[in-house]
Amino acid sequence: MAGATVDLPAGRLHVPQSGQQVTKLARYQFREYLRSRRFVALAGIVVAIGVIVTAIVAHFRGGLVASNLAFYGSFWGGGSPFVAVLAAVFFGGDAIAGEFQNKTGYFLMGLPLRRGTVYVGKFIAAYLAGVAMMLLFLVILVLNGVYYFGGSAFPWQLGISFVLALVYLSAVLGATFFFSSLFKTSAYGFVLTALLFIIGFTLLQDVVTGLVKIEPWMLISYADSAIGTIFASPVNWGLSGTITTSSMMVGRMHIVTTTYTAGIAEGVVIMIVYLLLAAIGGLLLFEREEFS
Amino acid sequence: MSPSLEARDLTKQFGRFTALNGLNLKIEGTKCVGFLGPNGAGKTTTLKLLTDMIFPTRGEAFINGVSSRRDRKRALGDAGVLIESPEIYSSLTPNEALGMVADLRGLPAADRRDRIRTVLGEVKMTEWADQKVGRFSKGMKQRINIAAALVHDPDVLILDEPSTGLDPRGMAEVRSIVRDLKKSQRLIFMSSHILSEVVDVCDEVALIDKGKLLFYDSLDNVTSRFADGHQSVDAMLARPVGADQVGQTVATLPGVSSATLLDPRRIRIKFTGGLAAQERLVEALVGLHLGVLQVTESESALEEIYLQQISRGD
Ligand SMILES: Nc1ncnc2c1ncn2[C@@H]1O[C@H](COP(=O)(O)OP(=O)(O)OP(=O)(O)O)[C@@H](O)[C@H]1O
Ligand SMILES: [Mg+2]
Repeated sequence: MAGATVDLPAGRLHVPQSGQQVTKLARYQFREYLRSRRFVALAGIVVAIGVIVTAIVAHFRGGLVASNLAFYGSFWGGGSPFVAVLAAVFFGGDAIAGEFQNKTGYFLMGLPLRRGTVYVGKFIAAYLAGVAMMLLFLVILVLNGVYYFGGSAFPWQLGISFVLALVYLSAVLGATFFFSSLFKTSAYGFVLTALLFIIGFTLLQDVVTGLVKIEPWMLISYADSAIGTIFASPVNWGLSGTITTSSMMVGRMHIVTTTYTAGIAEGVVIMIVYLLLAAIGGLLLFEREEFS
Repeated sequence: MSPSLEARDLTKQFGRFTALNGLNLKIEGTKCVGFLGPNGAGKTTTLKLLTDMIFPTRGEAFINGVSSRRDRKRALGDAGVLIESPEIYSSLTPNEALGMVADLRGLPAADRRDRIRTVLGEVKMTEWADQKVGRFSKGMKQRINIAAALVHDPDVLILDEPSTGLDPRGMAEVRSIVRDLKKSQRLIFMSSHILSEVVDVCDEVALIDKGKLLFYDSLDNVTSRFADGHQSVDAMLARPVGADQVGQTVATLPGVSSATLLDPRRIRIKFTGGLAAQERLVEALVGLHLGVLQVTESESALEEIYLQQISRGD
């Protein structure tokens, strides 16, 4: 070959510790997300949601802006879990499956990386991309908040609620990664996560509370309500939920509804359990996955 | 320690189908070993088992003595791998993709740029270094994959049909890269369907069929052992000759059993008597003043053996 070749002095090559490799890989994958059309698309969707919220608030005002707590309780409490699910679907749906489907896995798997390194590195990158979306949504809401409430646009509950939303994001993303490595086909990761977290758990919760009539502590849709209920007073910080019964008359029918509200600590515990089960389950699956 | 690859009773079943059946193979030292076999013979399966992309049903695979299944990170640390023509994330440029590989492999930051420039030069992709891989042709991507396998200057190279998708010049370049690599103390294990490529760059060959190893030996031994005493060389000439002329001169030389004109400037000569006879033959050929430019072992020697061995299993 023409030209001077640079040969490496023998013995200088030390494969980095797995921990370092995770960080490196996460950084490369995150850069990949930032450049992707998908990132731009989701940012567009989040901005669109933000614009709709802004328009609704501007039009109706009234109770929506009665207090900063009411405002964030409705829009951050209601909107951020949805943004989290979208982010998980967009960034996690094919994170693992795509490596199989697009044959990019053969590139990574030729490198001295443990399977777990690949999985965790990709998870962190997808999570950071999701956090970026949550931040974008938060910024749009806070801009509204500043407009309506000025100096008191930042209630302390908002900080905690943001953290709760990030915990929720990690749990949903964990589930998405699980599906993504369970089925080596991207479509399943997208569809299952979206169906399960947008409709599935809510339906289940209705069944559990309405028919079985117990506190739905096993459902993540119950746990994530903590993101919104933290804006209510008094705050239930506890590990067990609050039960409220209300009755109303519909025509001649007397309907009693029982509502369960998760304690903040309870919500966090449930979400973390979901994260651990899903992420570890997915990791174990990926450890056994063959690139055939 | 000299580089090595080893398969111990390596077996892979996909469901009921046995893709690889009790492969025992130990390759050690700095050389190039060609890995041959028909479509579906189990070549890629073997290479994937060696690199822990798939898991053995039975047996174990080792790179430099390290079990790939037990410690893939250490086993692959000194290996360069190219299997199944991978896709590279399409938004990356060759510089970025190779930068990532170098970084994850632990190349000192100070050496990275030079090394990347060197390997991109070797695969003739320097001018594409900052273009996105997503728009590359198949052959261009394959060149980047080859560069990625070389960037850390590995001891062991595991290559699955490295020249697939390349144009004729690209194939020649891959050959020349592999030959250069051999000079610098490496073990190269390369599957290929192109026998001339194997004859050209490899020292040894392993042949598998239907998941079974048929033989593993040096190219010289293989050709002399299986050729029924026959050997064959191709003589390249400076000027065209006629078939009559060949029949009257070359075909009558001692030891020669047949001489066929492949094209007006190429004669295939079959003869017996091993190396000594070959030496005499070359001398006599030169003496004929036909304008002999070079005499090479004809690729068909390996081809004949290949076909003969494969058909035996049918
Ligand atoms: N994931 C899989 N599931 C089922 N069968 C498989 C799988 N991968 C490979 N095989 C089978 O194993 C056999 C060996 O395949 P392999 O890819 O190793 O062949 P090969 O020697 O590389 O062939 P080629 O020259 O065509 O690349 C084939 O019959 C193939 O169909
Ligand atoms: Mg193959």
